Amino acid sequence: MATQAKSVDPQALRLDLPDENGHFGPYGGRFVAETLMGPLEELRLAYEKYLGDPDFQAELDQDLAHYVGRPSPLYHAERWTRKLGGAQIYLKREDLNHTGAHKVNNTVGQALLATRMGKTRIIGETGAGQHGVATATVAARLGLECVIYMGADDIIRQAPNVYRMRLLGAEVVAVKSGSRTLKDALNEAMRDWVTNVDNTFYIIGTVAGPHPYPAMVRDFQAVIGREARAQMLERTGKLPDALVACVGGGSNAIGLFHPFLADTEVQMYGVEAAGDGLDTGHHAAPLCAGKPGVLHGNRTYLMEDADGQIIETHSVSAGLDYPGVGPEHAWLKDTGRARYVSVTDQQALQAFHDLTRIEGIIPALESSHALAYVTQLAPTLSPEQSIVVNLSGRGDKDINTVAKLEGLEV
Amino acid sequence: MSRIAGRFAELRATGRKALIPFVTAGDPEPGVTVPLMHALVAAGADILELGVPFSDPMADGPVIQAACERALVHHTSLRHVLEMVHEFRARDADTPVVLMGYLNPIEVMGYEDFARAAAKAGVDGVLTVDLPPEEAHDLVQALQAETLDPIFLLSPTSSGARMDRISAVASGFIYYVSIKGVTGSSQLDVSAVAGKVTEIRGHTGLPVGVGFGIRDAEAAARVAAVADAVVVGSALVSRVPELLATPDRIPETLAAVLAEMRAAMDAVQPQAASGG
Repeated sequence: MATQAKSVDPQALRLDLPDENGHFGPYGGRFVAETLMGPLEELRLAYEKYLGDPDFQAELDQDLAHYVGRPSPLYHAERWTRKLGGAQIYLKREDLNHTGAHKVNNTVGQALLATRMGKTRIIGETGAGQHGVATATVAARLGLECVIYMGADDIIRQAPNVYRMRLLGAEVVAVKSGSRTLKDALNEAMRDWVTNVDNTFYIIGTVAGPHPYPAMVRDFQAVIGREARAQMLERTGKLPDALVACVGGGSNAIGLFHPFLADTEVQMYGVEAAGDGLDTGHHAAPLCAGKPGVLHGNRTYLMEDADGQIIETHSVSAGLDYPGVGPEHAWLKDTGRARYVSVTDQQALQAFHDLTRIEGIIPALESSHALAYVTQLAPTLSPEQSIVVNLSGRGDKDINTVAKLEGLEV
Repeated sequence: MSRIAGRFAELRATGRKALIPFVTAGDPEPGVTVPLMHALVAAGADILELGVPFSDPMADGPVIQAACERALVHHTSLRHVLEMVHEFRARDADTPVVLMGYLNPIEVMGYEDFARAAAKAGVDGVLTVDLPPEEAHDLVQALQAETLDPIFLLSPTSSGARMDRISAVASGFIYYVSIKGVTGSSQLDVSAVAGKVTEIRGHTGLPVGVGFGIRDAEAAARVAAVADAVVVGSALVSRVPELLATPDRIPETLAAVLAEMRAAMDAVQPQAASGG
C-alpha cells in the first residue's frame, strides 16, 4: 500500500538541520567558485541576524498579511472528497496569494533582506515564470532594478508570465545555453551574481542552491505549514494524516512539510514529475529515479548520465522541469521521514481538469501533480482521515499549454 | 618535487614567468586536443590547463560554455580526457598538465578511482572550480595520496583568513581569479591585481598565477610583471568557432596567439624575483 511510509529512525531525524556549513546529512553544502564564498557568508550572517530581529519579522508579517494576503485559506474540497470516496481533502490555497502562487512568500522575505543589506539590484531565475513574476513584483514595489533569467524554451511555454514580468518593469533575459530551461537560467543568474555581487541580491526561488539558500527559502516558505497546522487543529481538532505537495526544486513542499517534521504520525508525500513515464527517461524525477551528485552549489539527487553530465528533463509543467531538488528533500527521502512518488503528465492533466470541473478551481500544472497523487491516496484512507494538499499555484498561466495539448487555440 | 613545483623552480632560476594556456578537451572534436596540446607547448606554454567539459559550467563565460557544448556533442567524458593526457604523455614527459573542471564528473567516477586514473594518465594537478576548501577534504586526500597537486582559486572577495585556509590545503600554485566575474570577462585592472597578488604572497609561499580576464599579449605581459604565472583561456578558445570547418588548423592558429603572448611576456624585464 502506498500509504505506509518507511519507518523513521528517530535518531536520524534531526530538526536542527542544516549544520553550520549547510549540510543536511551528506546533502547541501556550498559548492561554488571561490568568488561567491565571501558573498554567501555575508548573506548567511545577514540572514541569521534578521531571522531573530523583531523589527524585521514584524515588517515581514505585515507584508505577508496585507500585501500577499495571508493567511491563505484552507479549503475543504467536499465535492472532490465525495467523488474520491476516502480521506477528507483540504486544499491549502497558495493559489490565492498575490501573484497567484506560493513563490511570493519567499520573494517578499528575500527582498526585505536585500534592502536591509543595502542592495539596489535584484536578480532571479525562473522556470514557469511564477518566481520571476513574484520577484519582479517585489522589486517593483521596492523600486529596485530587476533582471530575470529564463530559459529560451520556457519563455515560449510561459508567454503570459513573461509579459507580466515586463509590465512590472523587469528585464527578462532569454538564456539560450544548454537545455534552455530552468537549470540554465540558474547558471546564468549565478554568472550575473558573481559579476555584480557588490550591488546585487540574487533571489533564488527554490530550496536548492548553495547554503544558506535551502534553509533561508525553507524558513520563508514554512509559513505555509505553520498556518496549515494551526488551521487543521482549529477546524478538525487534530493533525492531518497526510500532506501532499509537488516537488520540482521543492520549495512549496518543504514549506508545507517542515513545521510537521516532529509530528511523525503525519505522513508526507512529495510528488515529482514523471513526464512521459519514469521508464521512458523523459521525466523530471531525480528523487524517484536519479542519484546523488553536485549541481548548482549543493549535493543532492540529480538527473545525470554515467559521465556525470546533467541530462535534460521533461515535464508538461515548466516549474517542475528541473534536474535537481532541494537537499533537504534528499535528506528526508534517505531518512524515510518523507516519501517521494511521481505522476505522469497525463495523470497531472487529468487532475487539472478534475479540480477545475469538480471544485471550480483551476490549478497550476505543477500543483496538478500533487492533486493527481491525492486521487490515488485518498481512496486508500478512511473518511475519518484527512489529507492536506498544497495547491501551490493557480492555473491561468497554463491554459495555453493545456489548450494546445488538446489541439485548441485560445 | 612534483612536475608543477619543478617547472616553477626552473622558471624562477631563469627569471621567467609561466604561461599557462587553457583549452577545453574535446573542443570542437576529440581528435584536435592532443595535437593542440603539443602545439601550445611548442609555442611557449610552461604548464597546460585542460578543461573537462561539463553540461553546466556555472563559473564560465559564453566562450568556454560554447566550447563545453561543442565537446559534449562528441560525449567527451572525464575518462576520454584522461586518455588524451595519456596520449600526450607518450611524447611529452615534462610539461605539467592540470585538469580544470567541475566536481560532478569526478564525484560520479569516485574520488579515489579518479585520483588513481589521473595519476596513471600523467595528470599533475586538479582544479575543481566549484569545490571550495570547506567541501574539499575528501578529494584533497585522494589527490594527495596519488601525489597530485590540488589547485585552488582565490578571488577579489577572498579574505585573509580564506587565503590562509586555502594555502594550507593547496599545492602546485594558487590560481588568482583576477576579476569578479566569469571566465572571459574584460575588466582587468592590473594595478588592483598587483595589490592583491602582493597580499596573497603574504599568506602563501606557493607561486601565484593570474587568470580570468587576460585577453591579449599586452595584458599577458602586464600581468606577468606582477604574478608568477599567466593563465589564458577564452582568448584562445574564442578562435575555435571560426575554424570549425578546418579543425586541422586549430593547433597552429591557437599556438600563434599564444606565441604572441609568450613574446610579449619575455620582452618585459622581470621586476624582481618572484616571492615564490
